[in-house]
Amino acid sequence: MNNLKMRLSHNTGALIAFTLFIILYVFYSSLHPRGFTSDLFVQNSNEAMALILVAMAQTLVVILGGIDLSVGSLMTMVNAVASEVVIGSGWEIFFGIVFCMIVGLCGGLLNGVIIVYGRLQPIVVTLATGAVFTGIALLIRPRPGGEVDGDLSWVATSALSELPATYGWWTDPPGWFSLIAGIPMPLVILAVIVCGIWIPYRNSEIGRGTYAIGSNEAAAYMSGVRINRSKLAAYALSGLFAGLAGLYFAVQTGSGNADPIQAGTYTLNSIAAVVIGGASLMGGTGGVIGTIFGVMVLRSITFCFRVVDTDSVVGFLANPLLQPMFEGLILVIAVTLGAARAFSVKNRLNMFG
Amino acid sequence: MKPVSQIVRSIDKPLLFAGIFIIAILVVGTAYTLIVDGTMTLLSPTYLILQLKVASFLGIVAAGMMIVVLMGHIDLSVPWTIAASAMLATAWGGPFAIPLGLGVGLAIGLFNGIGVAYLRVPSMIFTLGVNVMLRGFMVMLTGGFSPSSVPTPAMLALAKGDIFGIPNPVIVWVLVSLGIAFMLTRTPFGRYIYSIGNSEAAVYLSGINSRLVLVGSFALCSTLCALSGILIAGYSSKAFQAMGDPYLLPSIAAVVIGGTSILGGSGKYSGVVAGTILIVLLQSVLSVMQMPEAGRQIIYGVVIAAMLLAYGRGSRLRV
Repeated sequence: MNNLKMRLSHNTGALIAFTLFIILYVFYSSLHPRGFTSDLFVQNSNEAMALILVAMAQTLVVILGGIDLSVGSLMTMVNAVASEVVIGSGWEIFFGIVFCMIVGLCGGLLNGVIIVYGRLQPIVVTLATGAVFTGIALLIRPRPGGEVDGDLSWVATSALSELPATYGWWTDPPGWFSLIAGIPMPLVILAVIVCGIWIPYRNSEIGRGTYAIGSNEAAAYMSGVRINRSKLAAYALSGLFAGLAGLYFAVQTGSGNADPIQAGTYTLNSIAAVVIGGASLMGGTGGVIGTIFGVMVLRSITFCFRVVDTDSVVGFLANPLLQPMFEGLILVIAVTLGAARAFSVKNRLNMFG
Repeated sequence: MKPVSQIVRSIDKPLLFAGIFIIAILVVGTAYTLIVDGTMTLLSPTYLILQLKVASFLGIVAAGMMIVVLMGHIDLSVPWTIAASAMLATAWGGPFAIPLGLGVGLAIGLFNGIGVAYLRVPSMIFTLGVNVMLRGFMVMLTGGFSPSSVPTPAMLALAKGDIFGIPNPVIVWVLVSLGIAFMLTRTPFGRYIYSIGNSEAAVYLSGINSRLVLVGSFALCSTLCALSGILIAGYSSKAFQAMGDPYLLPSIAAVVIGGTSILGGSGKYSGVVAGTILIVLLQSVLSVMQMPEAGRQIIYGVVIAAMLLAYGRGSRLRV
């Protein structure tokens, strides 16, 4: 019982984000003409997926107590790479995907090496490497274009039922398959990434070290945590997630686009999503699961504006000219409630921490 | 006579490195123009004065950013503070365009400051949200119809005119710089800013209203952004939505290249001026050399990283 209580209190932020998401999303889909259908889930999860992966990358750095300004640029760089290599025969596509993941990993590792061995602050290092990543992306893809395998593109952005259908695994789907056929493919990919990469990492010695460093680096060092190894692993993993975001974005759009402005938007949104997901910018708390719901909350807010009835009391919300304003306002309110320490400190001195 | 090594050591390290690098940029650029065109355009007074003029826009923003960074905070609302104040000044200002623009900046800064100082939201998050909100606000105001975005004659004169050959924006930058340098080194307010960067709790316990200092600094930062926005609008003869976007990351870069710690508490204003000139000159010389955008971004990033590695390194973890 105590264990459960402790676990709940450690994940308050994530739980709030989860509840908020459920409320917003039920509101949205009940008003949507297509309602609770697989089509709608597929469409919405496609819209959220790239940002989810970028925000996952940001989460790792925030847990360490830093901020990564290069996640969006790294995503853009891998997006440009993917538009060159994820095409051709089955094996070529496979190695292309692996190559994209390695590029992302190396980008994150580069950040980590400069931060750890250069003893610099993450925010300024990633400001610099972000420019380098954007430059490389422009080098690879000066103009939007390129091509990604069409089948892969279709499978990755549709419901699960399209996976066997596209590759012709079976002509007659077995009975049990119809139960899961409607699940959006992005969610399946996300589940594989979370269960296959994040949860093992989180429970490993290195992963626990990441949290320990974020809460108190000196104490972690004294407790025998291998600081450098843990930090490098966290940055490399962050790079891998950003790389996966770029890869997914390329697969989704079927092309590459080295757009620095879009990279900046993704970076800034990722910070907002991480905070809404319950992580503290001081480090040591938060996690990928919370962040996923943080992104979903952010996206649901946008979705909700689409379905507001123009004739109702809140019809003014449907005005496309007002939407960015309300989105901003809700973002400010959400992050203020989530991150403000003024409401929670008992001793005034703690406020300055 | 002091020995040379002692004199060298007494010079501010960031200033020294930035100075050497600025000279290096000019040498490389001049070598390029000499080979290609047989001219030394980069060393002509016209070119250098033009660069100073362009640098003044970034320099004024960086001055504001530095104050906030010195306290261990950051202001990510810079892009839309610039755009919103310039757009509102041109749309509604009429004869009072300049005071109105500055007033908009002041209001944004007060809002930022209250969020950070009283609600205790991390500045990175709060100013980020304010930036999005301002963007939405401007879309609401200008999306449906297009109000005037033409600067008033006063704005044009301020941005395009000159006194004895020195462009007005440069004069404004010099005045702002003198004011900020004086404030940081000679007034209690400046001292509070440095000490908040080191330990806000200690400042609070010393009986200083640290929140008021935070609010004042954020207000000052946003007002300077607004001033820059007014100058940019005058210089490019119109106010437009994306006008502030190219100033956020370069202003942070100028501040940290100038030797200000991103964690707050230390840094000299002279470094920020050197950092600003370095960044503007680097961008300009690379475009003179017809470097494609990709190469420019890469060199820009490498230069920032190299400068920081040269003198910005933290101390080893000691327990």
